[in-house]
Amino acid sequence: MYYQERLECMAREEKRALQSERLISTVKLVYESVPAYRKKMDLAGVKPCDIKSISDIVKLPFTTKQDLRDGYPFGMFSADMEDIVRVHASSGTTGKLTVVGYTENDIKIWAECCARSLAGAGGTKKSLLHVAYGYGLFTGGLGLHYGGELLGLSVVPVSSGNTARQIQLLKDFKTDIICCTPSYAVFLADELEKAGVDPKELSLKSGLFGAEPWTEEMRKDIEKRLNLKAYDIYGLSEILGPGVAGECEKQSGCHIWDDHFYPEIVHEKTLKPLADGKAGELVFTTLTKEGIPLIRYRTRDITAITNEPCPCGRTSPRIKRIAGRSDDMLIIRGVNIFPSQIESVLMSADSRVAPHYHIITDRVNNLDILEIEVELNDGANFDEIKTVEEITKKLTVEIASAISVVPKVRLVSTGSIKRSEGKSVRVTDRRKS
Amino acid sequence: MLVNQISVYLENRTGRVADFSRVLFEAGINIKTMSIADTAEYGILRAVTDNNDKAVSILKQNGFNASSTNLVGFEVQDKAGEMFKVLKILENASINISYLYSFTRETDKSAIILLKVSDNEKALTAMAENGVKVFGG
Repeated sequence: MYYQERLECMAREEKRALQSERLISTVKLVYESVPAYRKKMDLAGVKPCDIKSISDIVKLPFTTKQDLRDGYPFGMFSADMEDIVRVHASSGTTGKLTVVGYTENDIKIWAECCARSLAGAGGTKKSLLHVAYGYGLFTGGLGLHYGGELLGLSVVPVSSGNTARQIQLLKDFKTDIICCTPSYAVFLADELEKAGVDPKELSLKSGLFGAEPWTEEMRKDIEKRLNLKAYDIYGLSEILGPGVAGECEKQSGCHIWDDHFYPEIVHEKTLKPLADGKAGELVFTTLTKEGIPLIRYRTRDITAITNEPCPCGRTSPRIKRIAGRSDDMLIIRGVNIFPSQIESVLMSADSRVAPHYHIITDRVNNLDILEIEVELNDGANFDEIKTVEEITKKLTVEIASAISVVPKVRLVSTGSIKRSEGKSVRVTDRRKS
Repeated sequence: MLVNQISVYLENRTGRVADFSRVLFEAGINIKTMSIADTAEYGILRAVTDNNDKAVSILKQNGFNASSTNLVGFEVQDKAGEMFKVLKILENASINISYLYSFTRETDKSAIILLKVSDNEKALTAMAENGVKVFGG
């Protein structure tokens, strides 16, 4: 099912014209209202009048998370604060949040994009939508909530946590659509099993899972254990939140809503555009956003795009599964984590530990776990177990409050963490994704 | 008089304790007594050697987290009831014990009890008042 058939199935040529027109006005908008963009474009020797069609996009400079950080909190906003009606934020590289703002129109478009994704996953006015994404600064909960309401679904804003209650509601309400992170879906399946609930007793028909990378194997596992069809949904708060792209009933890659978000795949090192089907870094330019329009924003997600027509009739390009990251960001249970956030805690947390650490992530029973080995300082003196416990607990609490995930901290001897060229080897990702 | 002890943080890894004793052996250091407090993930080794300062520095050079602490030590007879006698004295003086370990000396049939307590001075005074001999390390 479509939500906006005309836009979703628009002929390619017509869409290019629409994209061109929208790019021209977006570039004009940021050049005039964001000093950082004006500076960037002047430096690159590009004027808004040089952008005549969507193919001129390659002339424009890239935008990175660093730019958003430099402008913290509202420096990259194009709209005046009086026109901003909502602010969201996600974790940045050094504990500083990446802040985004939405105008009334942005919220409307966001809801439309989520409605398209929900319709693609089989949502209708009769559906009951269980939103188990977190509500708050994180875009997941509110994004799908508004999309669900716009499509006319009955939205149940459960948010995250309290799994026993979630199961109760799914049973009693006969909910047919659920959305959450894929790892929570697996956790839910485990809990159902423990509670002795047969997924057939539930009425779930489809689930939209995103906010973290997942695999086809996980899809099969979730579909079997929750007795539903599992759809991928892609997004990032800088560009929109959930709903930048979503899968249709064919379940073969997320359709990018490219009348609003123009995608490119570039080589992660040279930043040269890559051909259709080649894997590289995904880059987005927002075409209709007013609050914080972004030009060629580097998502750091590594994937490929296919322009092959989809049998569903939608004409937009599709993203393949996210294969990894071009930076060191980790996604643990849907939460973005940068090793530098952990490092900055270790720099100041306790004089008995050194800022040398090793992060180990793994997926145990389909649930992400985060383990951190921390080196003791050379001068550290302890002869009692309680001292070790005290340091471990202190670090656990401080790191958890910095990254919103509770890690397992383990103290190790001075110099025992491998260094490569003087730097600690920071991350071992044992998850197969 | 206090007894100096070395303590070493050990991750639970095969061969780690053997490594510790090899390092001391190669430096010609004699271990007089040692004990290990263990948890599921790590242990803390405590020992008294014939040269603690050298032991700490040589262990550090070999990648161990080592340091030294002062304990109180008492010398009693190697017979039933002596441990109880010492602990009862500490209890009566309201002194808390973090840990203890002991060893016997065949030569004079004596037993040495080493303790980490909440108040060293108070412990030494209490023992002296009760006629317990202080061990000099």
